[in-house]
Amino acid sequence: MTVITWVVEGTWAACVDATRRLAPDNADIVLLHVTGGDVSAAAHGAYAGLLGRGPRRDRDPGPRLAELGAASAAELLEAAARALGRPCTTVERRGRVEREVVAVAEGADLLVLARDGDDTRLGPKSLGPASRFVVDHAPCPVLLVWPRETPGTGSIPPPPPHQHPHPPHPPGPGSPR
Amino acid sequence: MLGEVAAEAVSVAMLALVLGFAVVRPWGWGEAVAAVPAAILVIALGAVSPHRALAEAERLGPIIGFLAAVLILAQLCQDEGLFRACGDWMARGAGKRPTRLLIRVFIVASVTTAVLSLDATVVLLTPIVFATAARLNARAKPYVYGTTHLANSASLLLPVSNLTNLIAFAASGLSFPRFAGLMLVPWLAAIAVEYVVFRRFFKTDLNVTPAPTQAAETAGLPVFALIVLVLTLAGFAATSLAGVNPAWAAAAGATVLGVRALVRRHTTPAAVWRAAGVPFLAFVLALGIVVTGVTENGLAGALMRVMPSGTTLPALLATAALAAALANVINNLPAVLVLLPLAAATGPGAVLAVLIGTNIGPNLTYAGSLATLLWRRVLREHGQGEPDLAEFTRLGLLTVPAGLVLATVALWAGLKVIGG
Repeated sequence: MTVITWVVEGTWAACVDATRRLAPDNADIVLLHVTGGDVSAAAHGAYAGLLGRGPRRDRDPGPRLAELGAASAAELLEAAARALGRPCTTVERRGRVEREVVAVAEGADLLVLARDGDDTRLGPKSLGPASRFVVDHAPCPVLLVWPRETPGTGSIPPPPPHQHPHPPHPPGPGSPR
Repeated sequence: MLGEVAAEAVSVAMLALVLGFAVVRPWGWGEAVAAVPAAILVIALGAVSPHRALAEAERLGPIIGFLAAVLILAQLCQDEGLFRACGDWMARGAGKRPTRLLIRVFIVASVTTAVLSLDATVVLLTPIVFATAARLNARAKPYVYGTTHLANSASLLLPVSNLTNLIAFAASGLSFPRFAGLMLVPWLAAIAVEYVVFRRFFKTDLNVTPAPTQAAETAGLPVFALIVLVLTLAGFAATSLAGVNPAWAAAAGATVLGVRALVRRHTTPAAVWRAAGVPFLAFVLALGIVVTGVTENGLAGALMRVMPSGTTLPALLATAALAAALANVINNLPAVLVLLPLAAATGPGAVLAVLIGTNIGPNLTYAGSLATLLWRRVLREHGQGEPDLAEFTRLGLLTVPAGLVLATVALWAGLKVIGG
């Protein structure tokens, strides 16, 4: 079976840990990192907005950020592979992060990813927009792990006090009076 | 001599050509390639008299010299390792708290923009901010976007913070300390708006606890460069109060750092020359002459009717909004050249309101220009991926109107308290 582990800055350690513990011994493990083009494009745009400075590649921060991004992605995947301590392949992609992840997961048997939203309020917002998209559109089963210690069931708020949104059912024909 | 209508038509056509060329950048040529011939053409065709062109050159000359000195100063600070040291400082204080890193990035980006101009922030600081986030294993987006935003909105404080300020400063009649005094609270207000919006907008990315993968090696603090910078800043105030152009203080700072770096072989004469950005300086002069043709052959009269006069709060708000709109249509550099003569007639308050508009306004649209679609094409050609335009615009809509209003109210209050 093929297990794709999505490696993201800040939350990857928990995904790698879960993969090491839960993926079967014979699984083909793929560590995937996607670099979004938007950050280097924003830097390039900031330079492009400076009228008159000319198209100087040595001054434009866009290409420099793209280089730095590639280097940091390679380091991250290397660190993740080391932490996994099992045979694996690493895949680095560039583009729209959530769409690239879904595309790589096509045909896989399991996708491992971490929650990355607001983990102080457990609920829909504990998934950020990109992970939300991936969970919604993943073409394979998904293993969703906590980037920190898994909260116990004690963190579930008490159920709301019973309210009567509808009037109580009228007593049926057989019910006691 | 051309009639006024023909002269205006020629000037507008030349300005459109200069701006269009800047957007399309055919064959990868720089903006000066079109701007310098366009300026020569408006003079040759009589849309701007040689006498008037000379007067414009005399006006812009010292400003361009000032700009060159600041550009060189920033590059020399980079060569001395000042920005690397900033990266260390940001990383050290961040610990495992992304919001602390954001605060430090905001401080460094705001101070860099204010002291060494927005060029330094965009060109020299942005890669450092990205590298710092990467080395902390944090998500770079909020910090890089914050840096690019602050390059504009935190460029209000000093005349050296933005070329628009340098141009306006010369026309405002304000001293360097007075300019800074009036702009201090608007500057802080604009930064505060950015911070509040960024904290909420990037909540997801700022919630992820970074876990550094590599031990950071730290570079030493470039004490000499820092001392020269502080002395240069003091020199700005001192020269201005003594009635001397503060450009000399910038030149002195650049000379001290430059000679030392040359002696120690940290830089070369060719690198210093490149840092000055001579084609850029030529572009500014040429653009000034072309815009003179546009304003003095009719646009000034037309704008006079829509340009608010006076320094009441509604008039200042309208001035800032007009400047912001124009900065988004034709970029902020030509916008300030167009609006300045009109604002200067009203007084320093109106000039500073124009700057609030032209400096904060560009964050509204990607690359500060309505030619966003063309920029996108340029980006694809560069193969660096695309910005998420919807996200960028939402961020602009959240920060720019609020920043404009708060900064202008702060300016109005400052004018009441300190006086123009």
